[in-house]
Amino acid sequence: MSSKSLLLCGNEALVHGALLAGCDAYFGYPITPAGEIIECAAKKFPELGRVFIQAESEIGAICMVMGAAAAGQRAMTASSGLGISLMQEAVSYLAGMEIPCVIADVMRCGPGIGNISVEQSDYFQVVKGGGHGGYRCPVIAPASAQEMCAAAFMAFELAEKYRTPVYILTDGMIGQMMESVALPEPLEKSAPAPYALAPGNARANHFTSIYLDPAEMEKKNEALLAKYREIETREQDAELWRTDDADIVLVAYGIMSRLAKNAIAELRRSGVKAGLVRPKRLFPFPKDALNALVPQTKKFFAVELSGGQMIEDVKLAIECRRPVELIHRVGGKLISVEELVAKVKAAAGTHL
Amino acid sequence: MKTIRIIKDRPAGFLPEFAERPAPLRRSTHYCPGCGHGVLHKIVAEAIAEFGIKDRTTFISPVGCAVFGYYYMDCFGISTPHGRAPAVATGLSRAHGNGVVISYQGDGDLAAIGFNEFIHTVNRGENICYIFVNNAIYGMTGGQMAPTTLVGQKTSTTPRGRDAALDGLPFRVAEIVASQPNPVYVERVALSTPKEIMKARAAIRKAIKNTAERKGLSFVEVLSPCPVGLKKDAAGVSKFIDEEMTKIFPLGKFKDVSAERVPAAERVPVYDKEKVRAALFPPDDGAAGGVPADFRNRSQIFDKERRIKVAGAGGQGVLSLAFIIAHMGRLRNFNVTYLPTYGPEMRGGTADCSVVVSRGEIASPVVDANANMLIALNRPSLEKYLPQLKPTGIVIYDSSNIPLPRLGANQVAYGVPAAQTALESGNPRCANALILGAFARMMDELFLTPEDAADFTSVVEAAVRECFADKPKIIASNIEAFRVGKEKSFRAVSSGR
Amino acid sequence: MKKRYFPIITNDECKGCGRCVIACPKGVLALGSALNAAGLPFVAVENEEACTGCSLCFYTCPEPGAIRIAEEKEDE
Repeated sequence: MSSKSLLLCGNEALVHGALLAGCDAYFGYPITPAGEIIECAAKKFPELGRVFIQAESEIGAICMVMGAAAAGQRAMTASSGLGISLMQEAVSYLAGMEIPCVIADVMRCGPGIGNISVEQSDYFQVVKGGGHGGYRCPVIAPASAQEMCAAAFMAFELAEKYRTPVYILTDGMIGQMMESVALPEPLEKSAPAPYALAPGNARANHFTSIYLDPAEMEKKNEALLAKYREIETREQDAELWRTDDADIVLVAYGIMSRLAKNAIAELRRSGVKAGLVRPKRLFPFPKDALNALVPQTKKFFAVELSGGQMIEDVKLAIECRRPVELIHRVGGKLISVEELVAKVKAAAGTHL
Repeated sequence: MKTIRIIKDRPAGFLPEFAERPAPLRRSTHYCPGCGHGVLHKIVAEAIAEFGIKDRTTFISPVGCAVFGYYYMDCFGISTPHGRAPAVATGLSRAHGNGVVISYQGDGDLAAIGFNEFIHTVNRGENICYIFVNNAIYGMTGGQMAPTTLVGQKTSTTPRGRDAALDGLPFRVAEIVASQPNPVYVERVALSTPKEIMKARAAIRKAIKNTAERKGLSFVEVLSPCPVGLKKDAAGVSKFIDEEMTKIFPLGKFKDVSAERVPAAERVPVYDKEKVRAALFPPDDGAAGGVPADFRNRSQIFDKERRIKVAGAGGQGVLSLAFIIAHMGRLRNFNVTYLPTYGPEMRGGTADCSVVVSRGEIASPVVDANANMLIALNRPSLEKYLPQLKPTGIVIYDSSNIPLPRLGANQVAYGVPAAQTALESGNPRCANALILGAFARMMDELFLTPEDAADFTSVVEAAVRECFADKPKIIASNIEAFRVGKEKSFRAVSSGR
Repeated sequence: MKKRYFPIITNDECKGCGRCVIACPKGVLALGSALNAAGLPFVAVENEEACTGCSLCFYTCPEPGAIRIAEEKEDE
């Protein structure tokens, strides 16, 4: 890390990344623990000639994103679970109309108003679609401020490549924590896509998600499904950490992947050959990486700050060929390194 | 010789053929016979063609009977979630400086489910042309009550007639819009008699023209016939509008400042890479008190990851102290993490922060056990976190309010009467900089080579300058407090040893 | 130079709502009893000579091209 880095919290790093990735417009509504995103955007977007609006609600924000993105601009919003709930009708429209855009969810506790501490319980909501209809969105899961910055680049790239809304799913800790961030070079501005509602494009361009004829709707939905299969095949991304000789594999993302590394180092000191698979994207889930580890692995652990959500994808990925155990906490408490070590040791013992 | 000329033809703002319609009906709309939507579409189609704005117009199809508006208009189109047209229109309007956005919405879409988006769009005065189709009924879903349904009017959800006590009153939107300062033009018109239709045409053309000229938000409420929903024939529906609806929804111009409104400048999208770099990238190393990227402090202490807990009461400057330490690390090419507790704890009077400094990758940013250093600014914090300190850990504490801590055999403590000294010096907010002085003294005495000792002082100063860049007055007093703290701090001899 | 005006009805685009019939101040139009391709009644020009080209029927008609207005000029 050069001294040309900045000390930024994850939320600010996301905004820096978005601006460097050529994001033209930010629309949002304040919510903790995502507040620094809208505050940083409010400061920087207008300064750089970009559009910023504090919307009347998350519903307004995502629909403004819809308008600007339909017009061919790179547009984004951010919120936390409650706000994401409000946005999901529009996200379904965005997926159906295939309008590229970026949505960040900085997770807090739920259900209901919950609290503003850390949880990862928006997993189903974000990773499995969430809104009505059978859509999926690519989900990037950054685990550091540097990755929050990079996630913005990656999200716009995926969004435009596949014409889809893309989520950045992180947690309050990654959002709030400050780290050194080396900024990437700004991207060149590209012209609006040919399908956009942009002056100069064919005025026949329009977006809709209504297909009254079931045959037409089936054709449309099969095309979407084919796109999601392509994303599943091509876009898996995971970090493998000390898995070469591991026979115990922890699966964790976001803040829990950071603590898991310390736990794995500790486990290894006491002779347990543990390793980490960190999904860097949650849709598509890194099935291939997990499957490759099945032969050598005695047991998988899904480590998550939710009551057993990601574990379903771990089990599906390896088709239950190995036992998968859940280690979780909810309510705003992290799983401490000590707790993680103790739980893995206790549970792994029966399989060692 | 006879010549024949068509003086009123199918407007050129319509697509030549409606390709989305079933094959035999590609020249006609999907609307029921006598529907006001068709009349309005014709007025819009005529206007966008005559004004020469088809290439920069977006017609928004709402949820409601006009959901297929994009079938017909020869311009850009988008169909939006129910009620959200104003927000989508806002995004579209802001995206392109010369776009003409026509938000076309019914009474359910605009005045019920979407009123929040609508009224805030009005309040912002977005450059959008609003056509609000008020037919006092839900047409598409089959004749349910609308916010604009008249009192006593029977609908499928007010089978005994709308009851003001239970269902509220017909909602008057034009009056609300006109009461706001931002809209440029507000009129209510009706599609009843030919005379009223011609007035409606003039109003809609004016609203579209205002938008094309970037004069802001223009709003035309249209009392529109829904013969099928209202179960009336052509004459009956016109009569209903003229004799019943207009009693509650009076026609006329509510506001018009079109003539004096100065058109907004066309937003030119800016994308200047150099400007982006200048705004976001950190200043040069020299200016920031930094060092070249390959610089490494030599003292052995820096080869290991150091995990630091900084804790105290809210208002003691805990977070800015931790922030300065994190900046010091960054300025000397370390990886750092700075993790404050956030949320209710932060607001509840205690403040603590985990800082990790390392040459390698930092995994967990949480310092909740095996801390290498505890910086305690009050007694409860010391008592809370001392058990988490490593057996070889170091305590830095404010001796003006914390008694000498009981330490383990291999633990070390440095104290400084920070709060008291700061108070006496007249700069109570500099107490945390005195603590920084104790930190420096500890580092000097226990770990640093002479070169690094000198460097430590300069990196403290650089970090203070960086952290308080927007408050230059504070910089000097903090640097002075740091110097005093270093002088006044002492290695404590623990009673526990 | 003589000028006269008359409406042109495209029968298959008319839905027979009857609004133009009421709109016309001169009683030029009337609903016929025949059905068009869509199975709907459509309007017919009953009294063409009375047409003044005022175009009120055109703007009252909800369909894009069901009614058009023509002007005929005759040079002497």
